Amino acid sequence: MTDLHWLPTIPDWRARLRALADHSAPWDEALALANAKLNFVLTNSLDEMARRVIPAPPSELATKPVRLAILGSCTLAHLHSAIRVAGLRRGIWIDTYENEFGQYLQELSETASGLHDFKPTAILFVFDAYHVCGGLTAGMDDAAAGALLDEVKDRIREAWRLAREAFRCPILQQTILPVHPTLLGGNEHRLAGSRAAFVARLNNDLRAMADAEGVDLIAVDARAAVDGVAKWHDTALWHRSKQEIALTAAPFYGDLVGRMLAAKQGRAAKCLVLDLDNTVWGGVIGDDGLEGIVLGQGSPLGEAYSAFQDYARELSRRGIILAVCSKNDEANAVEPFEKHPEMVLKRGDIACFVANWSDKASNIRAIAKELNIGIDSLVFIDDNPFERNLVRQELPMVAVPEVSDDPTYYPTAIADAGYFDGITVTDDDRERSGQYQGNLARDALKASVTDLDSYLRGLEMQLVWRRFDKIGLQRVVQLINKSNQFNLTTKRYTEEEVLAVMDDPRAFGLQLRLTDRFGDNGVIAIIIGRLNDRNDLYIDTWLMSCRVLGRQVEPTTLNLIAAEARRLGAGALVGEYIPTKKNGMVKEHYTKLGFTDTKHDDAGGNVSTLNLSTFLPIDTFIHVVEG
Amino acid sequence: MASETDIYGVLTEIFQDVFMRDDLKLTPEMTAKDVKGWDSFKQIEIIMATEERFGIQLNTREIDSLQNVGDLARVVVLKQK
Repeated sequence: MTDLHWLPTIPDWRARLRALADHSAPWDEALALANAKLNFVLTNSLDEMARRVIPAPPSELATKPVRLAILGSCTLAHLHSAIRVAGLRRGIWIDTYENEFGQYLQELSETASGLHDFKPTAILFVFDAYHVCGGLTAGMDDAAAGALLDEVKDRIREAWRLAREAFRCPILQQTILPVHPTLLGGNEHRLAGSRAAFVARLNNDLRAMADAEGVDLIAVDARAAVDGVAKWHDTALWHRSKQEIALTAAPFYGDLVGRMLAAKQGRAAKCLVLDLDNTVWGGVIGDDGLEGIVLGQGSPLGEAYSAFQDYARELSRRGIILAVCSKNDEANAVEPFEKHPEMVLKRGDIACFVANWSDKASNIRAIAKELNIGIDSLVFIDDNPFERNLVRQELPMVAVPEVSDDPTYYPTAIADAGYFDGITVTDDDRERSGQYQGNLARDALKASVTDLDSYLRGLEMQLVWRRFDKIGLQRVVQLINKSNQFNLTTKRYTEEEVLAVMDDPRAFGLQLRLTDRFGDNGVIAIIIGRLNDRNDLYIDTWLMSCRVLGRQVEPTTLNLIAAEARRLGAGALVGEYIPTKKNGMVKEHYTKLGFTDTKHDDAGGNVSTLNLSTFLPIDTFIHVVEG
Repeated sequence: MASETDIYGVLTEIFQDVFMRDDLKLTPEMTAKDVKGWDSFKQIEIIMATEERFGIQLNTREIDSLQNVGDLARVVVLKQK
């Protein structure tokens, strides 16, 4: 997808563009019009009209005007307006210059050139894939192709050096668009003279070169991997006019450049402001309550909200500040952060938490003030179109991505918009969320692992158990009705039947989560136990997610069951295996845990018992907590 | 599917946007000579914008054979079938 999908459609856009000349604040109006989902034609129209009405940078701009020279090897004319409009979108005035076709090295070296007259304050190098692969053929061996790669890299470094010496300005390098069809396929990299493989190697090496030389990348190769090369490169257009970037991708290309130039001026966004109801979880916490909101494992939608929370947390771990702006009673809004077991974000992840009934624009102003950052460094995400439009209208400097009511696509909307695209990541950024130490520890763990026991010990696993409750009810019922493999009895229960277990004083139901230092595995096991006529504890249901096999969850669970059974006064545990087509893996489950086999039936089932008076809890590496 | 009248309506909007001229009225016989600034780049813009709006793709031969606005409208009708 190369359209600017995070920007809204402005219904009267055409009329407003045509009225730009009569507007009392034409720059602000042009800026507003640039913040719309524009295709390349409308991008061109806006650029043309804006230049006509505003021929020079307005004097009151808070940003620094940029004189960008685009130096390259192919036709770039269609990219100028897209880059200028992307600047306008961010309040940055950009003038552009392009070298005579293919003459970038000459113009860099000769002081009597259009480039030197232009006096660029930033330079973007754009080398097309056909150009960099010049001279390469599939017949070449490793040495010949390697020599050519070195030569191309030297040429690029030389261009950077010339540019830096002549203009002392920031240098951007577009990565090479992988336009070439393969010759060998999946093992293309084994063909040294392959153009596709050559471009891949060069792009890989460009990263290290750029880091070494302080050059910033416009990573169109990464975008092409997301959107598909065909969205970025129109081969027919290349044959017709030597335009490597597809016309329809030009606005997105311009935005990639615009956001980088903004970041170079320190104008990347710093803070993500989250709405809560139907943005961070499904439903309305004030109406639906802790048990009613949709979040976490158990439903696709719940997982999508968790995944969005995870993306936000990852952003915070790399230094983006998180804030909350919600229309709610504060006590209700905070409750899931503190009590809902599926919340990925915790209260401590939120630097500024605003939940009240005031309008969101005022609250967002208050958040910027509280955090002491510019209001133009905020991004506000809200599922509600009303709130989005209100904030856009009241606070046009706040970025408000256009999103649907499906949280699945919230991370993509934020990533594609590039609000937080940055230059570098500092240790400070990472330490802000305290994760840096965690990473070091995890690496140390990997390095020190030599056997399974030490690995398991190092995982710092916690089995977090709760009796059945209403919050977990849906997930419990779901697991009971869908688990087939690690399921001793495969008894299916309705919600009512599970509720009945909760009310039965001679029974217990347990839901078990497993966490470790790498994260939360969610609810992974369900136990239902019930006293029989002899006052032994019959294990009615024992099921577990196969994901956590081999991690000592089974013996740890047995310890828990034994403790619960003792609490009910049971003398022994009775475990039954009822065979199905799918649960053969747990046929020996109980005997492996030290139960005594007491009964077999013809169908392959068995019943085993464990005497609780002599049973000692089994030692495992899992720490058991109630929570 | 759009009728030929609808197609002319959409094409008119595309032309007006591409040339930033709201007075442009399209006729089937209209060619690049009739509109100031209609060069090879604008020609490509018009075709790409048409493809985008109608969700169609013209191949190289089809693009090469376009002589006037009428040809473009006809190829849109054909492609939509």
